[in-house]
Amino acid sequence: MKFVDEFRAPELIAKAGEEIRRLAAANRHYRIMEVCGGHTHAIYRFGLKDLLPENVELIHGPGCPVCVLPMGRIDDGLSLAAQENFIFAAFGDMMRVPGTHGSPLEYKARGMDVRIVYSPADALKLARNNPEKHVMFFAIGFETTAPSTALTLMRAKAEGLKNFSVFCNHIVITPALRAIIDAPDMVLDGFVGPGHVSTVIGCQPYQWIAEEAGKPVVVSGFEPLDILQSIVMLLRQLNAGEARVENQYKRVVAWEGNPAAIRAMDEVFELRSEFEWRGLGFIPQSAYQLRSSYAQWDAEQRFTVPGVRVTDPKAAQCGEVLRGVLKPAQCRLFGRECTPEQPVGALMVSSEGSCAAHYNYGHLKPITISSAAAAR
Amino acid sequence: MHDENNMATAARKIKFRETQIEMAHGAGGKASRRLVEGLFAPLLYGASQGPLADAAHIQINGTRVAVTTDSFVVKPLRFPGGSIGELAINGTVNDLAVSGAKAEAIVVTFILEAGLPTDILEAEVRAMGQAAERAGVVIAGGDTKVVEHGHADGMYITTAGIGRPLPGVEISPRSVRVGDKVLLSGPIGDHGITILLARGDLDLEAELQSDTRSVLPLVQALVRDAGAGVRWMRDPTRGGVATSLNELARDCGLGIVLFEEKIPIRDGVRGACELLGLDPLHIANEGQFLAIVGAEHAEAALSALHNTPGGEAAVVIGEVREQPESAVLVATLYGGTRMVDMLVGDPLPRIC
Repeated sequence: MKFVDEFRAPELIAKAGEEIRRLAAANRHYRIMEVCGGHTHAIYRFGLKDLLPENVELIHGPGCPVCVLPMGRIDDGLSLAAQENFIFAAFGDMMRVPGTHGSPLEYKARGMDVRIVYSPADALKLARNNPEKHVMFFAIGFETTAPSTALTLMRAKAEGLKNFSVFCNHIVITPALRAIIDAPDMVLDGFVGPGHVSTVIGCQPYQWIAEEAGKPVVVSGFEPLDILQSIVMLLRQLNAGEARVENQYKRVVAWEGNPAAIRAMDEVFELRSEFEWRGLGFIPQSAYQLRSSYAQWDAEQRFTVPGVRVTDPKAAQCGEVLRGVLKPAQCRLFGRECTPEQPVGALMVSSEGSCAAHYNYGHLKPITISSAAAAR
Repeated sequence: MHDENNMATAARKIKFRETQIEMAHGAGGKASRRLVEGLFAPLLYGASQGPLADAAHIQINGTRVAVTTDSFVVKPLRFPGGSIGELAINGTVNDLAVSGAKAEAIVVTFILEAGLPTDILEAEVRAMGQAAERAGVVIAGGDTKVVEHGHADGMYITTAGIGRPLPGVEISPRSVRVGDKVLLSGPIGDHGITILLARGDLDLEAELQSDTRSVLPLVQALVRDAGAGVRWMRDPTRGGVATSLNELARDCGLGIVLFEEKIPIRDGVRGACELLGLDPLHIANEGQFLAIVGAEHAEAALSALHNTPGGEAAVVIGEVREQPESAVLVATLYGGTRMVDMLVGDPLPRIC
């Protein structure tokens, strides 16, 4: 498969792994956070951890929008779905995420009109095709998916479509990184920067991490070779005592991002004064809401939303895992009370959450596979 | 005597604690297993009877027969490479085949939605007749129910099949040993991805067809040439290869190690899975099967499949190990490893 297989060639992967082992200084421990859930998933799926020496540790960051969405927001969104002639539309990612009284899929099983859509534009199509019903798109995602929600809202406005709204949960990546970096127990040495988000916002927004916090950032693609190469680039900087923002994902990410996408977000969204993140608490200016010029399409303004607050269960240690202080399996609840089927904490919710990834793909106990290679 | 039995059933405890049935309970993964093992099995099936399989082998007057039942619920009714009628026959034949039996007769129940055009029904009945002829099985009877318009998605089909055990083979997860090889009959994921794309919600296209077919000729060739070494077989339908092998791993307590580079997957399936964030190992198949074969019989087994039409792509994809206990591990292309669990619920596309 083109643009995939080139970045999965075993001999190149082996070389990159060797280079990492060569660069990793024996007397140092490197703690690197991969910010994006897509990276976390790829690291587990391709078994990349096994290629790293013990002193290069990967810590899974906050970049899974499903995981960090507070349960109260899901409750609020689903509370609207009980109305007559109402269609609740969301990405497949959201469908199994539990609210207090069940997930969107469970609501659907109880007879509510819950639809899986593949893009906000599909939700708009639903509204056009069902003029007698109201269609609400439950929007989630970082700056990756926010532009398509913005463009959809611009289209809805241009068409004067009245039976469509957005329940906006779009969040912004850099304030979350600031919350992690500013935490007193911060242990990280560098960051594998998010790939998809950066296609929109570019590399400039991470500059402060290098300049103020003195930590290197390498914006990375999602294939095994991308991720390993980004780790090589980070180790080189760390060994040289440097802290710069570098772009490994040049084939997709432009330094200045995508100006058209940024303009669309700016037309439709403004920053909320603060927003709650599961596992991290309230973070100032970390999420988008619709501007007043789009109030008509804003589900939160159009309908009465209960404003449910659900505190994270005390026993779940999502915050510590998110900041890299604890590994997933070190959480008190991991794999016992908290599993992907019955998640208690945020990070077990989506397959890109670090706990779910560790549960699904991680080792139960260390296993050597050298004999497998020999058996081939 | 009757009363005692009823009391025994009434006193049995169930482990199933969920308050309502969700779609996931029918998706063939973990939730399905919880329902079957937690509710159906304790109430209807004695614990002494061993692991649950695709078909049951029972004794009638000293003669062993294999029985199975299956229901077919698919949207859309027709899809590239097949349709619900063909699927119903092939699926039933395959469930019997992987239990080590040749399907002899099938009975069919149609649940039809009022308003279903007759030509659609006719096409499906014809498709069933043709599939039955190809598989050498008799359709011995049936039943029809009609439900109100708005139910049953056009039609549901339920079948029951009876089969004659193939001589020279004994299928049981308990006979699986360390060192046995994992055989796969051909490329995976074709059916599941074809259906996903045929629903038309995705605006994705690929040159793909459902793989629906009878695997009986392949199973017969395998049993003929390597029967003594065949320990276990399964057709990895809902939940895919990962779910079937996890069930085996749990039933035999051993580890299954798969070599990623050996697993045949067509580009169209791979591409769709990449785009949608799905794992091909979790995608349904309707015309492939897995077999665990003793190492010393692996070569004979492979050449038996290779020499049978439709078995050319058969391949050894892994082997049985002591570790990881009761779990499935994939050795990736790069010498890394990952665990592969059963499917949890329906596979849902990831977008954000």
